[in-house]
Amino acid sequence: MITEIGAFAAALALALSLLQGVLGIAAPRSDANSAVIRVASLAGALLVAIAFAALIVAFVRSDFSLAVVAAHSHTDKPLMYKIAGAWGNHEGSMLLWCLVSALFAAALAWRRGAQDEGLWRRAVGVQGFVTAGALIYTLFLSNPFARLDPAPMQGAGLNPLLQDPALAAHPPMLYLGYVGLSVPFSLALAALIEGRADQNWAKALRPWTLAAWTCLTLGIGLGSYWAYYELGWGGWWFWDPVENASFMPWLAACALVHSAIVTERRGSFAGWTVLLAIIGFGLALLGTFLVRSGVLTSVHAFAVDPRRGIAVLVLLALALGAGFGLYGWRARTLGRASGFAAVSRESMLLWNNYGLAVAAGIVLIGTLYPMLVEAFGGGLISVGPPFFNATVAPLLAALFLVLPFGPMLTWRVGDLAAAARVLWPALAAALVTLVVTLIVSQWRAAPAIGLAIGVWLVVGGLIYLWARLRRGEGGLLRKLALLPLAVWSMSAAHIGAGVLTIGAVGETGFRSERAAALAAGESVEFAGRRVTLLEIGASEGPNYSATRADFRVERGGEVRTVSAERRFYPTAAAPTTEVGILSDLDGDLYLALGEPAERGSAAWIVRLYYNPLVQFIFYGVLLMTLGGALSLLALLRRRGEA
Amino acid sequence: MRRRNQRLIMIAIAAAVLVAAISLTLVGLRSSVVYFVKPSDLAEKAQAGRRIRLGGLVVEGTLQRTGTVAQFSVTDGATIVQVRYDGLLPDLFREGQGVVAEGTWAPGEAFAAERVLAKHDENYMPREVTEALKQDGEWRGGRPP
Repeated sequence: MITEIGAFAAALALALSLLQGVLGIAAPRSDANSAVIRVASLAGALLVAIAFAALIVAFVRSDFSLAVVAAHSHTDKPLMYKIAGAWGNHEGSMLLWCLVSALFAAALAWRRGAQDEGLWRRAVGVQGFVTAGALIYTLFLSNPFARLDPAPMQGAGLNPLLQDPALAAHPPMLYLGYVGLSVPFSLALAALIEGRADQNWAKALRPWTLAAWTCLTLGIGLGSYWAYYELGWGGWWFWDPVENASFMPWLAACALVHSAIVTERRGSFAGWTVLLAIIGFGLALLGTFLVRSGVLTSVHAFAVDPRRGIAVLVLLALALGAGFGLYGWRARTLGRASGFAAVSRESMLLWNNYGLAVAAGIVLIGTLYPMLVEAFGGGLISVGPPFFNATVAPLLAALFLVLPFGPMLTWRVGDLAAAARVLWPALAAALVTLVVTLIVSQWRAAPAIGLAIGVWLVVGGLIYLWARLRRGEGGLLRKLALLPLAVWSMSAAHIGAGVLTIGAVGETGFRSERAAALAAGESVEFAGRRVTLLEIGASEGPNYSATRADFRVERGGEVRTVSAERRFYPTAAAPTTEVGILSDLDGDLYLALGEPAERGSAAWIVRLYYNPLVQFIFYGVLLMTLGGALSLLALLRRRGEA
Repeated sequence: MRRRNQRLIMIAIAAAVLVAAISLTLVGLRSSVVYFVKPSDLAEKAQAGRRIRLGGLVVEGTLQRTGTVAQFSVTDGATIVQVRYDGLLPDLFREGQGVVAEGTWAPGEAFAAERVLAKHDENYMPREVTEALKQDGEWRGGRPP
């Protein structure tokens, strides 16, 4: 019964979002129409929420008459993963996509702020069509409420790799980011329809863009962290096409966050900001296509139904067609440009956008190239880390070289010499890092340059904070309290980028690994540590049984213990690896337990990894997320005052 | 400096960055792309020292371990190739099932794998393997055996 209510609510929401779209775009302007738009958007969001709640209830009650529940759940699963199972599959995740889109449409409809009435109505209308498109796709091509007859007695269970807290939060965060980019898209189309992208428009755009970017940052970070500790390969980023699918919209969102600042403060870059908003949502849809269509070889590619891929392509073509078509037709009507010098805040933000856009282009080429080669009969190929490390890394390095200058320069005309005089300690720190790393690593240039750039970003960000602090009045505490939130947020994000760079370069450049066959009591020397297998035996978990190995790790005089497991879930055919990680400031010791070395032997294969500085990657992501969240807070607070 | 000159400088830098990015991309696509090869084509397509992906089914009863080194054979139904890998095989590695090994090969030696990928769950099989098996008529549709 609840299932029928859910399906009916989703269908009704589709009708309401279409109504919202038609009224927003085509109906004459009137108070009555505006009121209907508001009510329709709110009711639509409530109805999709009811539908999603109905799906969660079906998962919690293990209602195996629903095809998705039977395929992805099991009565033995812990409650948390039953709930997370609702979006841990294709159909449910698409309903989540619809829910986020409908909620954003309602938020857009009810929070007009200082926006112009016409722009507001068009934007809400476009968002209505975005929601409608997602609902049509969900209800007709991947209906989560499809029934099974007869219902099976037991479900197939959720892939045990996915039964993990980080991964329960990973899809919703990514979806908030992906779908969050639909709001800038709606605002961009509204600006093109109305022929205006002024400073108030940019003011409305910025919080949405920031929210989308922040959620994408955290979502990608969670996915990466999960891959690091759950897959047992010791890696955190594989340049897998599915990772690229989320990285491209992230790059576009990052560029948009910065270009929208220029449009709001100076009125410049309006056309580019609009175009970027369209491209950003296009990349988010392309990401959905790549992940959902099954064209990729990947953990994530769970939908292998060509009709779905084609349907997402049709939606992508509609969105990009409408976006680029309107852009080509109307772009000239958008705001005026105000001039700026080659050294100025504007030019720095221009370089930021240029670098990020070219990086997104390279990732796009590297991701699509294998598909194109295959489509034209060139055989099967894969484009992996060596390609991206050789292309994206130098580009980002160049971008990061100029980054610390950006906040130091003023609008219109900046003073490069003055900025350089303030930034010299950062340059000195970077050079020291470069030389020391070169010597320690025996002249390996690439990681040394990478670490130096990371240090340059971190120290440069700290210097900026210090320079802003010194300008304040009163004692240190008072200065700290008076420093604007926007300064804190920007510093956190930029320092975060530096911390992330240090971690990424350290891990990629200096990691080491080895495999060893160990019986209980035997030990191995690795990365300055002595690792001893204490004992190996069976242990039991709530819905799995495991082989558990306890290790003793000696380093200097310090002794610690850590354990690693191989888990067998009765619902899954294959075992999963639960790694043991010992984190120190200099890096992680990472232990994965394999199989018995030989049949009947007491020795087990253990793989040991030393991942230097790897934790910095995740701290960097957290700092960037914090920066985004603080900036969002600053924008919303400002809006409250206005 | 006049505004016009400033703009010219910016355009010149932008063009230089773009040219560098395009060259890096083209070079990267030539040199870092990894080709997928099935056992029958290995002798023809492999070049010494160049990374390739070898895909096929693990032959039943061929997995041998000596310490941390695993050796097994991979087939596409026509040719059998020996693979040697020092390390942990993925959790989902099974005899009789699909596998992709990435590494290098030289005539007369076993394929030296640096990475071994197996299917990620019971419903998934490396697509390259499916393609290779389909070409040879070994594919039986639906779930892999």
